[in-house]
Amino acid sequence: MTTTASTAGSPFEYAPAPESRAVVDIASSYGLFIDGEFTPASDSGSFKTVNPATEEVLAEVAEATEEDVDRAVRAARRAQEKVWGPMPGRERAKYLFRIARLLAERSREFAVLETLDNGKPIRESRDVDVPTAAAHFFYYAGWADKLEHAGYGPDPRPHGVAAQVIPWNFPLLMLAWKIAPALATGNTVVLKPAETTPLTALLFADLLRQAELPPGVVNIVTGARATGSALVNHPDVDKIAFTGSTPVGKRIAQEIAGTRKHATLELGGKAANIVFDDAPIDQAIEGIVNGIFFNQGQVCCAGSRLLVQETIAEELVDRLKARLSTLRVGDPMDKNTDVGAINSPQQLARITELTDAGTAEGATRWSPDCELPSSGYWFAPTLFTGVSAAHRIAREEIFGPVLSVLTFRTPAEAVAKANNTPYGLSAGIWTEKGSRILWMADQLRAGVVWSNTFNRFDPTSPFGGYKESGYGREGGRHGLAPYLIEGSTY
Amino acid sequence: MARTTKATASTPRTAPERLGVRKTYKLYVGGKFPRSESGRTYEVTDTKGRFLANVAQGSRKDAREAVVAARAAQAKWAGATAYNRGQVLYRVAEMLEGRREQFVAEVVAGEGLTARQAELAVSEAIDRWVWYAGWTDKVAQVAGSANPVAGPYFNLSSPEPTGVVVCLAPQRSSLLGLVSTIVPPLVTGNAVIVVASEQRPIPAVTLSEVLATSDVPGGVVNVLTGFTKELAPPLASHLDVNALDLAGAVGAEGVVWGELEAAAADSVKRVLRPAVGRRGDDAEPDWTEAPRPQRILAFTETKTVWHPKGV
Repeated sequence: MTTTASTAGSPFEYAPAPESRAVVDIASSYGLFIDGEFTPASDSGSFKTVNPATEEVLAEVAEATEEDVDRAVRAARRAQEKVWGPMPGRERAKYLFRIARLLAERSREFAVLETLDNGKPIRESRDVDVPTAAAHFFYYAGWADKLEHAGYGPDPRPHGVAAQVIPWNFPLLMLAWKIAPALATGNTVVLKPAETTPLTALLFADLLRQAELPPGVVNIVTGARATGSALVNHPDVDKIAFTGSTPVGKRIAQEIAGTRKHATLELGGKAANIVFDDAPIDQAIEGIVNGIFFNQGQVCCAGSRLLVQETIAEELVDRLKARLSTLRVGDPMDKNTDVGAINSPQQLARITELTDAGTAEGATRWSPDCELPSSGYWFAPTLFTGVSAAHRIAREEIFGPVLSVLTFRTPAEAVAKANNTPYGLSAGIWTEKGSRILWMADQLRAGVVWSNTFNRFDPTSPFGGYKESGYGREGGRHGLAPYLIEGSTY
Repeated sequence: MARTTKATASTPRTAPERLGVRKTYKLYVGGKFPRSESGRTYEVTDTKGRFLANVAQGSRKDAREAVVAARAAQAKWAGATAYNRGQVLYRVAEMLEGRREQFVAEVVAGEGLTARQAELAVSEAIDRWVWYAGWTDKVAQVAGSANPVAGPYFNLSSPEPTGVVVCLAPQRSSLLGLVSTIVPPLVTGNAVIVVASEQRPIPAVTLSEVLATSDVPGGVVNVLTGFTKELAPPLASHLDVNALDLAGAVGAEGVVWGELEAAAADSVKRVLRPAVGRRGDDAEPDWTEAPRPQRILAFTETKTVWHPKGV
């Protein structure tokens, strides 16, 4: 497969710079990781995981049944009560530091595997996903022996067994976001990775054995919706952490209503990226591109609604189109690639459906001239202008490389349009005027507000949504609260 | 407003020295005292079954109007300075102090406490109001943080009010429990709709009168009296309500808190569940225990703002 740059005729031609896949061994089949051992599913069921850039089958992965989930929860319970809960915080800390170091040590292996299984550019998995995952373990390791100083009471107690269900867009990073604070606070974990991207979680299980983490402290059950449902509804689970779509989050909240299970939900978003006429335009263009085309737009906090002040809208859109024309779409393993493959055919169909609705509803569609590979799941970076707030592309989460452009005249109108959504995960503000930034940040109903930047993440910084984008926070001191009985308020 | 406890079974044979003036109890919505649009009232008695008053029986429509009033008032209340909110809330405590005796009489009648016990409960309720008033300008310092991210960025997290909060007031503790549920969300700038204790609503009605003449803007607190099983479901499923405090679901006739929580899931509402009792059952907490800021934080969102640093 070749990198399909849209820079035909440009003086800037790139030679292919493929990363080698030799650094990672992919087994032909993987079992479930329960109580420190890999085991097959109780009914020998399995499913395939494919490389979305080529449709090549990478491995067969065991599909956990209700019985397997039960076994994993029981292993987690035993480990929590006998080993991990009673262990002094400073010892737990050392395990987490070990994990952080091993992740950094094996970062290339993880990055390559992530790109093969997910379709994201190697540049992103190498420079963002894996280092940030390691940084999360490093950050929360330091909390494990300082919990009494975190502000959640003098005797912070874990819930017990945490059930964690994570999505396919940042498989390893989401695993780190979930597992690191759970272990630091003395909980044990049963984690279900997404069915399309299970491989880095299974490699992580191997890393845990290398770190000699006691058996049962972390269990990984692969599978699809039925496995996730069995895990969330298991009666002996104390705490649920879910990242994924708003409809599934609502279903989980309904299912655990009336029980004593606590939950944190990180759900969808439809972020407004607001650009004023005095914005630093070059930085804003880069921020917009990063905001919506990072990870093919498959990001819950992606800046999918661009709100531009009317006076500069035309100029900004022209410059944005010029910039999009330089994006290199294609082989995710090429180090020069900016935009990789869409994670699955289902996701591609969803993006296609919504963008077709955009055209049908009267918005103007534009994509740079680029040739997409013939196999794999691909969607060209797409821009819609003439979008109104009523259009589906302005209201529904697309979760793909699709940007809708709307305009506004006054700051108050920008706020009203930005907040006019049931979501409230993130927002962006671009202006040189500091007082306006602070005023806007106050007005926006979003958990994360990026001003003159976008899509920044850090383990010390809380992340999470308002309204239907979910509840609870991950990252930072705030990320400890949901894992401690005294801190949990939901 | 005193207890109207004279037996009504027989008409007095001689004219009384003075005939008591009986009062009509109404709802408190948007700073006004409307009757229920349904026109209904229900009878409230003391713990010995003697008639106390006819109280407005709020309807689903009254509940929806309360949401409209709360939403209209919320932004301005949240936009007030923390110092100002603290002053306004403290002023309410001052006014409660002025009505101590009335509240004591109402708590005696409604909860069946001795005068001494009722005095303690009322004092604690007033002191608790003062305690929460003092949190308005401290909660951001305690619950917020400057985050040392690995890069040249200013990065700050602060708690913000979640919006419109519905409190089911505790069924047993009619004043102390009421204050302990409605003030925490007010601290950060939420607007509150409270469904008063079904059998013991009178302190909540009197509190409405205090609020109406206080500096708390109309709509910031809305008090509904009526049947919890009728008022709670439309509020739990209302798309413009952000959070739910289910304290008063315990002991409310015909109410299952899990059903309310399930209804709330449809709009991803924040839900504060009833407390767990000593035997692991759902329980109304012992409100005399020292309060903690967690009840404030349950109705906040953490907002994190990033900005590059550079020259």
